[in-house]
Amino acid sequence: MKYEPVIGLEIHIELATKTKMFCSCSAEYFGAKPNTHTCPICLGLPGAMPKANRKAIEFTQKFGSAIGCKLLLSSKFDRKNYFYPDLAKGFQVSQYDLPFAAQGILEIKTETENLKKVRITRAHLEEDTGKLTHATINNRRVTLVDFNRSGVPLMEIVSEPDMESAKEAKLYAQKIRQIARYLGISDADMEKGSMRIEPNVSLRKKGSKELPSYKVELKNINSFKFVEKAINYEIERQSKILDQSKVPEQETRGFNEQRGITVSQRSKEFAHDYRYFPEPDLPLLNFTDGQIEKIKSVLPELPDEKYQRFIKGFNLSAYDAEILTREQKTAEYFEEAAKAGEKARISPKVIANFIINQKPDTETVLPADLVSRIYQKTKTAYVSDEELENIVKKMIDENKKAVQDFKSGKNAALQVLVGAVMRESKGNIDPQKAKAMLKNLLTN
Amino acid sequence: MKNILDLTIRETSDLLFSKQIKAQELTQAFLERAHGVNKKLNSFITICGGTALKQAKKVDELIANGQKLNSLAGIPVGIKDVFSTKDIKTTAGSKVLENYIPVYDATSVNHLFNANACIVGKTNLDAWAHGSSGENSDFGPTKNPYDLSRVPGGSSSGSAVSVASGSCLAAMGTDTGGSIRLPASFCNVVGIKPTFGRVSRYGVIAMASSLDCIGHFTKTVYDNALVLDVTIGEDGFDSTCIAQKQDVYSSDIEKGVKNLKIGIPKEYFENLDQRIKRLILEAVKKLEKLGAQVEDISLPNTEYGVATYYIIQPSEVSSNLARYDGIRFGKTREKFGSEAKRRIILGTYTLSSGYYDAYYLKAMKVRRLIRNDFVKAFKKVDVIICPVSPTTPFKLGEKTSDPLQMYLADIFTVTANLAGVPSLALPCGFMNYLPCGMQIIGPDFSEKLLYQVGHAYEQETKWYRVKPKI
Repeated sequence: MKYEPVIGLEIHIELATKTKMFCSCSAEYFGAKPNTHTCPICLGLPGAMPKANRKAIEFTQKFGSAIGCKLLLSSKFDRKNYFYPDLAKGFQVSQYDLPFAAQGILEIKTETENLKKVRITRAHLEEDTGKLTHATINNRRVTLVDFNRSGVPLMEIVSEPDMESAKEAKLYAQKIRQIARYLGISDADMEKGSMRIEPNVSLRKKGSKELPSYKVELKNINSFKFVEKAINYEIERQSKILDQSKVPEQETRGFNEQRGITVSQRSKEFAHDYRYFPEPDLPLLNFTDGQIEKIKSVLPELPDEKYQRFIKGFNLSAYDAEILTREQKTAEYFEEAAKAGEKARISPKVIANFIINQKPDTETVLPADLVSRIYQKTKTAYVSDEELENIVKKMIDENKKAVQDFKSGKNAALQVLVGAVMRESKGNIDPQKAKAMLKNLLTN
Repeated sequence: MKNILDLTIRETSDLLFSKQIKAQELTQAFLERAHGVNKKLNSFITICGGTALKQAKKVDELIANGQKLNSLAGIPVGIKDVFSTKDIKTTAGSKVLENYIPVYDATSVNHLFNANACIVGKTNLDAWAHGSSGENSDFGPTKNPYDLSRVPGGSSSGSAVSVASGSCLAAMGTDTGGSIRLPASFCNVVGIKPTFGRVSRYGVIAMASSLDCIGHFTKTVYDNALVLDVTIGEDGFDSTCIAQKQDVYSSDIEKGVKNLKIGIPKEYFENLDQRIKRLILEAVKKLEKLGAQVEDISLPNTEYGVATYYIIQPSEVSSNLARYDGIRFGKTREKFGSEAKRRIILGTYTLSSGYYDAYYLKAMKVRRLIRNDFVKAFKKVDVIICPVSPTTPFKLGEKTSDPLQMYLADIFTVTANLAGVPSLALPCGFMNYLPCGMQIIGPDFSEKLLYQVGHAYEQETKWYRVKPKI
């Protein structure tokens, strides 16, 4: 291809706080009856005012810190003004020039196994909107609004346009999800809408260092698979335009999953002017160095560190370590099982293999039970060769008839001897190994 | 005995607690008065007799049981129709909210209910509190009780008039650029614009959030202090409502002004109507006689006040009014009056990308300079005394066709809002039978001092005794 994709990502993640961003309504709206988690504040009733959720701020700072961002000592909320029926106040409280976290770097492993640094512009906090449903009621086409989601804390992570392929974009987004889950600040579930990805895609001539003069923002993507698909479609579409010596339009396009294509939603002329200005109802937020340090100090072990520790500490292959650290739950399960395995003299490698290949249900099988299961299957390995030889010799002595038969050419007699060895060892020996040793002793 | 409608809160409260009158009788009398004069004055949008009488009945029971009550117990109070009142229609003076009935009470309304005050009605105002004359109300203008052909000042027009006309003893208002002080000055009543963040704004329909202050009107300075004693306090629902040492404003009000330094800012007296200037300087003389020292000072950035205000305020207005989009509150955007539309358009423009730096950001910087003027001045003097308005009440219709002239009515009041400092407006005399007020401005959270100064002056003059003839 003559072109090189330039891709940046805007990722929204709903934070798993108990209450909403600016009021005390429950933020767990999933599956709740419409408009039951509401109050004057999240309904934007006349006179209501916001009160910032400290936990959500802490979550955003934690996340920012985990992706290598600087945490700002002074931060504020701003109003982003635009009209939409799901926006109760006619503006969204967001952050403009002083986000909680800025200028980070996230390392991802690309498809070619190379490490690549993606620059993070910022991570800021805002509020989610209500949800619109289009329906037909009494033969009338209507739009219903559910404000349960209105005011749920939403963290936005903006990257620099550092990704060069759809695959890279997907890997970056997956890493963001992984870290959010590690920190326990969100389930970051794309299907439930608690994680949303909006790629900005444009193309430049291969080798060019300049940013293209346009960009296309992609919306309505609700799975990682579609992130890749939508970007690839867009790369192809834009290539064709560029091939005709034209420049693709700066616009917002929605992904249509049925047809696998992107469709124009809003062109540049209709781009919003959000008229940002400082939210006068929320005072400036100042943090001390001590508060910032504390946030950094309570961060849990992050995926990259855990990955390195698994390789070094447990002697695992990079492949195994990668799979086991993908989800924190799996990693923890492995670590507990490895501890239990120590006593039973089962190596971490064996446990890792078992978890990766057999995929035990980590919800129901306790790590200790898993170890005894592995022990049942593999303890043969723990009857030493010396012991095995003793048993085999003993059985040769005790089964004169079978030995005789074997020596006279009846190969089936060997099976009788193997059976005897197995019985004697109560099944703790690998039959193949016993057979090989018997053969060896009887023929020499 | 004097007509019970002519008493102060202090006097009425004494009668109630000594069981000389019942709260129910009192409320009934005020409700009758309110109904009686409302046709002429149009100071109420809603008169809520039922709510008031219910509350009065409760107060009578509590007094009969010998309960110790707040001075506001049983006192009839009016509320500007921009305060959210549960189950009571709240219109903001606009047809957009003609049928809006809130599901919750504003924090300050809650405080009044807790003090067992009786809410007699929701008072008229310039729609969305946009205006200096009361004429922008979608429910008709309020009239000045001292001259029915003149405006009462705005935007808290109905609140000032309901107190001045004896329809209630106190009324809540909001002051974004002078909306309490101007009508107080035009109607011969006392009005306080507290420090920004002193009284919770939660539940009060926002005009320009960074400037809005919640205050009130009363006949006397002492009564005014009694109400502030009830409405202040940190509020978990308003993050800008600052935790501060809670003063008891009504105590030590007679401390006097001995050795107090009063600053006279020259910028407020240049080209001022000589008659207004004379009234205010006479008042200052009285305070001087009582022991205060007077000093000329300068607030050099005063001239930028109105321009700064008319950038910041419409910017915030344009955002605050966005929620009335025709989807949720019954009426569509076509119901907005021309002043609201003017401010929405102005504010939308000043916040637009490409213009933000030149307008909003610049205005915020000038705002800082204006505040610095005050901060600097208060290193030299304790309080500042200056006029409230460049004119006495003007004729209805006189300025409605010229918005800029109307905006200039706020020339002396917007600076205190931009600076965030408290200001007390109180009567200082009459000019051709029309009331004239002055303002006493102090540093942040100096309301107690303002009341002491105001009370000292009021004891010498008692202008509140000059009742309107309606």
